[in-house]
Order: sequence, then structure tokens, then C-alpha cells
Amino acid sequence: MTHENEAIRLIPLFPLAAVVVSGLWLLFARGSMSRGAVIAIGCGAPILSFLVSLREVFQLTRLDEGQRFFVDNLYTWISADPFHAELSFLLDPLSAVMILVVTGVGSLIHIYSVGYMDDDHREDRGFQRFFLYLNLFTFSMLMLVLGDNLLVMFVGWEGVGLCSYLLIGFWYLEDHNAMCGQKAFLVNRIGDFGFLLGIFLLFWAFASVGSPTVEFHEMSANVGKLADTMVTLPPALSFLPAFPAWKLLTLACLCLFVGACGKSAQLPLYTWLPDAMAGPTPVSALIHAATMVTAGVYMVCRMSFAFSLAPGASATVAWVGGLTAVFAATIALTQKDIKKVLAYSTVSQLGYMFLAAGSMAYSAAVYHLATHAFFKALLFLGAGSVILGMHHEQDIDKMGGLRRRMRWTHRWFLCGVLAIAGVPFLSGFFSKDEVLLGAFAAHDLPGHMALYAIGVLTAGLTAFYMLRLHYRVFAGETRATPEVYNAVHESNRWVLMPLAVLAALSVGVWLLSPPDLWGELLFGGMRKSHSLHYFLQEAAFSAPHDVSHATELGLAALATLFALAGIAAASFLYYFKPEMVDRLTDRVRPVYDVLWNKYWVDEIYDFLIVRPLLWVSENVLYRLVDADLIDRIGVNGTARAVRGVANRGLKFLQTGFTQSYLVIMLIGALGIIAYMMRGAS
Amino acid sequence: MTPLAAIPDGLLLSVTVFWPLAVVVGLLVLEFFSSPRLSDRIWRAAAFAASLVGFGLTLEVWARFDPTVGGMQLVQRTSWIEGYGINYYLGIDGISLFLVVLTGFLLPIVLLACWNDVVKRTKQFVFFMLALQTGMLGAFVSLNLFLFYVFWEVMLIPMYFLIGIWGGPRRIYATIKFFIYTMVGSLLMLVGIIVLVYMHRAEFNVLTLDYIGFAGAPGIADTTVRMSGDVWWKTQTWLFAAFALAFAIKVPMFPFHTWLPDAHVEAPTPASAILAGILLKLGTYGFVRFALPLFPAAALEYAPVMITLAVIGIVYGACVAMVQGDVKKLVAYSSVSHLGFVMLGLFAFNLTGIEGSLLQMVNHGISTGALFILVGMIYERRHTREISDFGGIAHVMPVFATFFLITTMSSIGLPALNGFVGEFLILVGVFEHYPWAAVCATSGVILGAVYMLWMVRRVFFGPIVHEANRKLLDLSLREKLVASALVVPMIWIGVYPSTFLRPMDASVRTLLATIEARGGETGSRLALVQALPEEPPVPEALPESGEPAQLDRLDRLDEESGE
Repeated sequence: MTHENEAIRLIPLFPLAAVVVSGLWLLFARGSMSRGAVIAIGCGAPILSFLVSLREVFQLTRLDEGQRFFVDNLYTWISADPFHAELSFLLDPLSAVMILVVTGVGSLIHIYSVGYMDDDHREDRGFQRFFLYLNLFTFSMLMLVLGDNLLVMFVGWEGVGLCSYLLIGFWYLEDHNAMCGQKAFLVNRIGDFGFLLGIFLLFWAFASVGSPTVEFHEMSANVGKLADTMVTLPPALSFLPAFPAWKLLTLACLCLFVGACGKSAQLPLYTWLPDAMAGPTPVSALIHAATMVTAGVYMVCRMSFAFSLAPGASATVAWVGGLTAVFAATIALTQKDIKKVLAYSTVSQLGYMFLAAGSMAYSAAVYHLATHAFFKALLFLGAGSVILGMHHEQDIDKMGGLRRRMRWTHRWFLCGVLAIAGVPFLSGFFSKDEVLLGAFAAHDLPGHMALYAIGVLTAGLTAFYMLRLHYRVFAGETRATPEVYNAVHESNRWVLMPLAVLAALSVGVWLLSPPDLWGELLFGGMRKSHSLHYFLQEAAFSAPHDVSHATELGLAALATLFALAGIAAASFLYYFKPEMVDRLTDRVRPVYDVLWNKYWVDEIYDFLIVRPLLWVSENVLYRLVDADLIDRIGVNGTARAVRGVANRGLKFLQTGFTQSYLVIMLIGALGIIAYMMRGAS
Repeated sequence: MTPLAAIPDGLLLSVTVFWPLAVVVGLLVLEFFSSPRLSDRIWRAAAFAASLVGFGLTLEVWARFDPTVGGMQLVQRTSWIEGYGINYYLGIDGISLFLVVLTGFLLPIVLLACWNDVVKRTKQFVFFMLALQTGMLGAFVSLNLFLFYVFWEVMLIPMYFLIGIWGGPRRIYATIKFFIYTMVGSLLMLVGIIVLVYMHRAEFNVLTLDYIGFAGAPGIADTTVRMSGDVWWKTQTWLFAAFALAFAIKVPMFPFHTWLPDAHVEAPTPASAILAGILLKLGTYGFVRFALPLFPAAALEYAPVMITLAVIGIVYGACVAMVQGDVKKLVAYSSVSHLGFVMLGLFAFNLTGIEGSLLQMVNHGISTGALFILVGMIYERRHTREISDFGGIAHVMPVFATFFLITTMSSIGLPALNGFVGEFLILVGVFEHYPWAAVCATSGVILGAVYMLWMVRRVFFGPIVHEANRKLLDLSLREKLVASALVVPMIWIGVYPSTFLRPMDASVRTLLATIEARGGETGSRLALVQALPEEPPVPEALPESGEPAQLDRLDRLDEESGE
């Protein structure tokens, strides 16, 4: 059986071709392409990729179990012995799920963008530029998930970062947007710093056992040889008493995880994601909810062969994920910008995925990643529809009662809200349960019960803030001025069609692959080939768990209870007794202020890192070292000294500025020659 | 079949080196005899055409280059000054090849870029530019130390005038600083060369300045340089120091870098582009061609010092670049940072690091050259380079902004563009023996993005606050051509670096073999990874061979499904 499949390259090729055509046009032609051409190229490319992806994934499922992977090797990219990296693509169950999400949800969002960007007239060629960036993003994201080694993955990794930067700052004439884009790029670069160190460490580690490689299959075949390898820290770092020697894989995985924290907006590098909402809403849906921000989760799953041998790193992943989940959920409780609420919700849900990945329940992480892609994309696109309808108003204090003016948006949005809240038998319910089950069953994970508890609590918080958002936007009487309210309109078909598809997926995508327990209960058992869990096992092996079905049902019931409690509380406060909200807020004013100000994390970073760095660079390095020490004292000081000597002692030589130096230097040089010759001959 | 193919192998390098000088001398003669005098336009056009032919010549060199040979190729050697071992001796290998091609490539681009820029004394300007090209090419291909030294110094003169005549307000200070800084280093190197020649004569009983031996005769590179002796008298250490200082000033390495920002700020655009693009590479080239193979033991012993300076340069250059208000000064300090990477890779003493460095020299030449040219384009329109005088430029000059952004991304090492490949190989290489240096240097990846993106945001994004910026014209066709010509190799090297890495292989291997043979062991000196002395861990229940990972996973799948 051959695993070579040259069709894989087509998947990223379509969006790349679109970028090249559109880009050359923008650089060398006058004016923009026609609107129809932009739509055809811009939306056609991801749709074609989606179709090819469907076909290739179908081919993949027909391969024998345990042998399901396609490789498409283009050429040797970088090679300088012993380092070697091919430009090659890998389609296995893990990347299969990802490309379907990326091209599927991506295509829908491209179509939605046609409707959303239609009324944007800030720039002549903005429409074409927007689709160019979206296509470039799709290309990069596909490189990221299809890359067969860490380096090709890194190409996509940085590429999506660039697109994120460009798209957040898409309306760059407002300084705020450009600032937010820049922040996203820079915070991501901090993560990339870790990612790069992880690559270096892994490469030389594998080189030390005779297989210098960054290619996934080869690494996973040889990772066993590194299981007990230790790294000694240099004496300078011996103040870390608990870790006189680190396990190499733990160190490498932690480095990689720093990268994941940056890309997937986890503590402490999450601050860029809420600011990323400055970009157009389709961008928030595509990049900052459904696809790019899940890259970190994907990377941890892709490197699961290493993480599963590094319990310390996995525990860190789980704890960072769990803490981020609850931390971001608390901030989401108080935010008033419709997109900010969704942004913090995304941070929180990504934390969930890391919680699962750190518990070595990789299939649960990917499952939640997929369902989250659908319902969070739906929520963002719904929010976009609201923003369009409200003429770019995003403050939920100025909304309310929109259900009467935006019937369809209201319905589809509600599907997403219920799905993320964990209402039984919607997709979010199943994936969330899988995540919680993973944490519950991970006996080797220190504090796994605490993490489980955090997860359940977060489920309740999520249900609360999502329902709060929904009520504040759609329910009750409007708080908008009558002129604004009467101008609110339902969005056009380009916008509503993707919403409908995503709503259907948010509700029912789990039917494609229900978790084992529910498959058995509802459908009387299923073929393993239909289970995402089994499908993924050969790409990212999840530890089997020993939880009985009864316990599993109990866990689901508990989580549902919390979710329903959250829903009930939100309904009570924001639907039945809205007048109580303010009184309650006053009661907990200090807590509310902390949350409303997002724990002042941005301000703390600014004070601790940004300002000192600038101050030191300006005053110490530039003014003191460069200008004073080196130039004034060193260079010009020497010059003055020489001139002084020349003035006094060697006046007869002083014919000019340059020459005097040269003579002095020559004399010195001759002296040195004479001295050296003594030793040489 | 191009007419260039008719040039015999033995003459090709000579023709390549002296072609630019021959053209301008020819123009001078024509100018002398023709009446009326030739117009500026003819000079400019002739120079541009000549530089294109010059690029063709360097490509011809590349085409004839045999990548499987590790030694010198296309060698030409004739006696010059009899009796003193001074020969006219040229040759090229995988280390100098792309620096020569880069020189040929940048010249026509720079001339095209400043087509309307230099209006004062155009003829002299053209003369100095082409003379400078001859000097640089000559230095890259000289195999006789005397000849190298002549070219090395000759280069200074046109650059001195280029900055001194066409420069900014503080040009005199800048030129003198540049000149003297470089002179100090050069003289020390001259001392080193003379000492080497006498040591060589003492050992082999012939007087020669040939660096590489010719036809079986020993060259300077074969001289045994003592590393023994008491602490204060290690010949190799002192000679290494003399060479290293000369080259470190040229690179420039921290703390010898302060001439560079001044020179760049005052220099006219074309001189800046050539200075950053090619001239600085002479320093790093000197290290890899002379300092490392001649004095390997000293280089290894002092590698930690050099690496420390390189890392300081990377971080320091980036930090200082961050707080600059003048775009050119910012780019100048970024050069200090980038060249720190090149130095870092050279002192990694492994193939990965050195090839990364060689590639990064080319990358820096293209990217930083492009940055200076692009800055020149906006300077020509606004006559200011202060970041605060701009803002919102992307709105009025979208094409310019696009090219600038691509160049920025290349400069900060975005994968799939050229800078990444070089930086990555350097860091991988350094990590083998100096992991902590690699860690510190990698932080340059963050800082590099910081200063470049801050600058880009303040220049291109945000509202247009200055009225003068509102009516700026976007790039003309000529400028688009210049910018595209620079972007093409950025993408090429980023996507398919093998074109450039493969021809280096054999020569870099030869270099490493030389270093090892001459007394430096390049093997593992610092053990990062220490496997615990236990029995090798065997993954549970493995079948004999085949695809262990796959089968292993299958087994686990079965186990799990069985429960």
C-alpha cells in the first residue's frame, strides 16, 4: 500500500494561487478587480480546498486501520548537515479533522464576508485586500495543520500570525486597530521564542540518539530512546533546587507549550486575543475563534508522543488550561462589548481544550476543538450580524429587544448559545463532557479532581455569561434610542446562509461521531470506525480510562446541573428580574471592579515589562553606553588623547587631522611588528 | 549561448572584477575626447547598462562554478611583483561565490533606485560607484594577501567620497569616523599579515603572500602558527586578535559599531544600500576566509568571547534600534543586531551554523539593502526620515507599503522568506555547543519584531496627521521594478534555499576539515545532553523491526479495544 498522495498539495495550493493572482493584481494593476472576480477567486479557493479535503479524507478512511496516513513530499526545503527538513504534507486522522474544520468553516466565513464587507467603503481596494488576506490566512493555516514536520508547521504558525496582524489592523487608519494588530504579533512572537527553542532542543536530542530529525513520524518512532534522557542545567541556574536535572522531553515540551500559550491565548500570554477584536468580525470568527487560536491545541496533540512521555509538561498544560478556563470565564461575566464577551469565552474554551490535552485525552481536546469551531464561529458571525444591523454598535448596554428586528439572527445565535452552554444533546454538551471525563479519569495528573471541579464550575459560569449576553442583546425592551432601534435591520442572505449552516452543525454535528457512551445508549453501539476517538487514536494516542458507564452518566448529570444552574441564574437576573442586576453589582462592587478591569493584567505588563525595557534601551544602552561610553570616552576620547600628545610632543608631525593618526598608528604598528618578529622567528 | 561564454575560465574573474572600472575609465576617456561633453544621462545609462552586464558576469561565474569541488575554482595567477611573493591571484569557492553574485546583483538595482536621486556631480558619483564595485569584487576573490589588502583599502576611498560629497549635514564627521575606525583595524591586520609572511618564510623557506598554495607550493594558509608558549606569548592568540579586530570593526561587532549609525545616517541612499548590503560582509567574510582557518585553536579558545559579543550585539542592537526616531538609524542598529547573528553562526564551528551564516550574509545584503532603498524612496518624496513625520502612509502609498512590509517580514525572519532560513540554521548550529547563547540570541527574534513593527505602525498606519503626506505619490514603474527585483530573491531563498546552500556544502566542509586539521577540534566540547547510564529504554512489547511506531500503536489500539 502506498502512502504517497500527490493530491494533498492541492489543498493549500488553491488559496495560495488566489493570493498570488490577487496580490500581483494589487501591486501592478490599476484599481481593484471587479467585485464578482474578487468573490469568485476569494471564495472559490477555500471551497475548492474543502472539496479536495473531503475527497482525500474519504480516501483516508478507506485505508486500513493503523495505517491511515498520506504523505506528500514536495522537495527538500532546508538542509545543512545534520539539519534536514522536507517540505512535505501529512494527512492523518488528526490533520484530517483540522483541514475539514479549516476549509469547511473557512469557506462559510469567506461567503459571510461577502455580505459583511459589502458596506465597507473606507478604501477603494479594501474588499479585494480583505479577501487576499483571508486567502493568505487559509493557506497558512493549511500549512500549519498539514505540515509533516515541525518546521513546515512553523511556517504556517508564523504565517497565520502575520495574517492575524494584517487583519486585526485591517482598518489601519485608526491607530487603535493598528496597535491591537501589533500587540497580537508581538505577544505571539514571545510564544514563538519558546516554540523555536523547543525545536532546537528536540532536534539535537534526536540527533544525539542517531536520528537528527524534526519529522513527526520519525520523532514518534524514536521518542522512546529519549524517555529517560536528562538535561543538566548550567551551574548559573542551580538556584532551582527542585530541579537539579530536567527531563529533556519535559523541558522541550514546556518550550513548545510556551508557543502554544501564545498562539492559543493562554495564561499568561492571552492578553492579545481580546484586543484582536478590533479586526472585522468575520476575522474574529475565522481566526480568533474557529481556527488559528486552536493551533496550539493542535500542536500539543500533534506532539502527543512527546507530551505523553513528559508527565510534568502535561500537568503544566492541564493546569494552565484549567486556570485559564476559569480565569477568562470570570472576566467574561462583566464585559459589555459583545465581541469582548465572546473573546474571553474563546480564551476560556481554549483552556478547556488544553485541560483535556494535558489530561492526555487528546481525542477529547480535538472533539471540543471541532464543536467549538462551529458554535463559536456561529456566535461571532451572529454577533457580526447584530453589529451590522446596529450600524457598528457593539455595546450590549445599548442593545436589547433585537429579537423582534432580527428574527433569523436571533434564532441562529440562540442555537450557538445553547450549544456552548452545554444544554444536553447539543454538540457542546458532548464535547464538554468528554473534556471533563478526561480530567476526572487522569489519575496520574496531580490535582486532577481539582481540575475537574474547576472544569465543572467553568461550565456553570459559561452558561451564565452566554445567556446573559443573549438576554442583553435580544430579550426584553430595547435600550437603544428609537432612531437607532428603528434603523436596525436584518442582514442580507450572504450573512444569514452561513449562520444557518453553522447553527445546524452546532446542534447536530455530534451525530457524525457521538462519544462511545452515548453512541451505545442512543444507537445501541456503533462501529468503531465511526468514533472520532478511535479514528484519532493512531495519530494522537489518548490514554484509556477506567470509568464505568454509570459514573460517566453521573458526571454528565453533574455538569448539566451546573450548566442549568448557570442558565437559570442568568434567566432570573437578566430576563425575569433585570432590575436586580444593578443592586447585585453594587453589593459585590470590589469583585466586579476587578473583573471589569480584567485583573489589570495589561497595565501590570506595561508597568513591569514594556516601560522598563524602553527606559533601559533609551537611557542606559543608547545614551549611556553608545553615546557616552563608547563614542565620547572611547572613540573621541582616544582621538583627543592622540591629538593632545601630537600637539605637545609631536608637534612637528601635526600636519592635519587624519594624517597624524596614520603616522602614530604606523609607528605603533612597526613597533608591534618588531616585537612580534622576535617571537616568531 | 551568451557572448559571456566566450571568456576563458582563467580570465573570467578578472573580467568580472575589472569590468566596472574599465567602463568608467572608458567613459572618462570618451568624455575627454568628445565635444560637447557627454551628458549626465549618458553616464547614468552607460553605468546602468555596465552594471547589468556586470551582473551577467557574476551569473556566468555562478554557472561555471562546480558545486562538488571544495577548493578554489576559476583560478587565475600571474606574477605581479617578482621576488616578494606578490602575485595577481584570483579564485572563488562556495564561500565567496554568493557574495560576488550579491555584489553583481545589488549594483544595477542601486543605480536604478537612485536614478533621479543624485543630481549633483552625477558623473563623479557614477565613477565612484563602479570603482567601489571593482574594489569589493576584488576583495572577495583575491587569494594573495597583498592583493586582498590592496582591494580592502581601495574600497574605502570611493566610499569615503560617496559619503563625504553626497552625504547629509554631518557627513564630514561621519566619513572621518568611518575612515579612521576602519584604518585602525586595517593596520593591525597588515601587521598580522607581515608577521605571517615571515613565519611562513621561516617554515618553508620561500617568500610568498599567496594565501592558498598554488601548484603544490605552500601558501600562507599552511603556516604553522604556534598556540603553545607561556600565557602572554601565544602567537596564534595575538595574530587572531589582530585579524579579528580588523574584521570586527568592519562587521561591525559590539562595541566597535558606533561608526555605522553615523555613516548610515549621513550617507546618501545608494551608499547606504551598498554599505549595508555588501561592504559590511567584508568583515564577516574576513573571519570565515582568514581568521578561522588560520588561527583555529585561538578562534576556538576565544569563541565564547566572540559569541558573547555577538549575542550582546544582537540584543543591544535591537534594544537601541527600538528607541530611534530616525528610520535610517533604526535600520543601521538593526544591522548590528543582524550581523551579530552572522558572527554567532560562524563561531558555532559546525556546518549548519556556518552555512546559515553564509546565507544570512546574502539575506542581510538583500533585506537591509532593500530597506535602505525603500527608505530612500520616501526620503526623496518627503525629505525627512523622522518616524514622527509620517503616519498613515499605507493609505496614500499602498504599493510602497506592501513592499516595505514584505521587506520588514524578511528582515524579522518570517518563515518562507529569506531571513528565517539563515537565522534558523545559525541558531540550530549554535545550539549544539552553546545552547545558552542560542537561547539569548533567539530573544532577538522577539526584539527584532518589536522595533520593526513599531516603526511600521508609526510610519504606515494610524491617521494621516501631516498634510504633506496626503498628496504623496505611490511608486512609479521604475521604483516598482526595483522593489520587485529585491523581493524576488527574498521569496526564492525563503522557499527554495537549496539553490544557495548546495554550492556552499563542499567548500564549508573543506573549511571545517582545515580547521580541524590545523589544531581545533570541532567535535562536541560542551555536552548538553547527557543520557543517564541506564539500559536503553525499550518501548513495551515491540515486534522485531519494521515500523515500530505504527505497529506499537496498533497493539495499543487492540489492547484498548479489548477491554
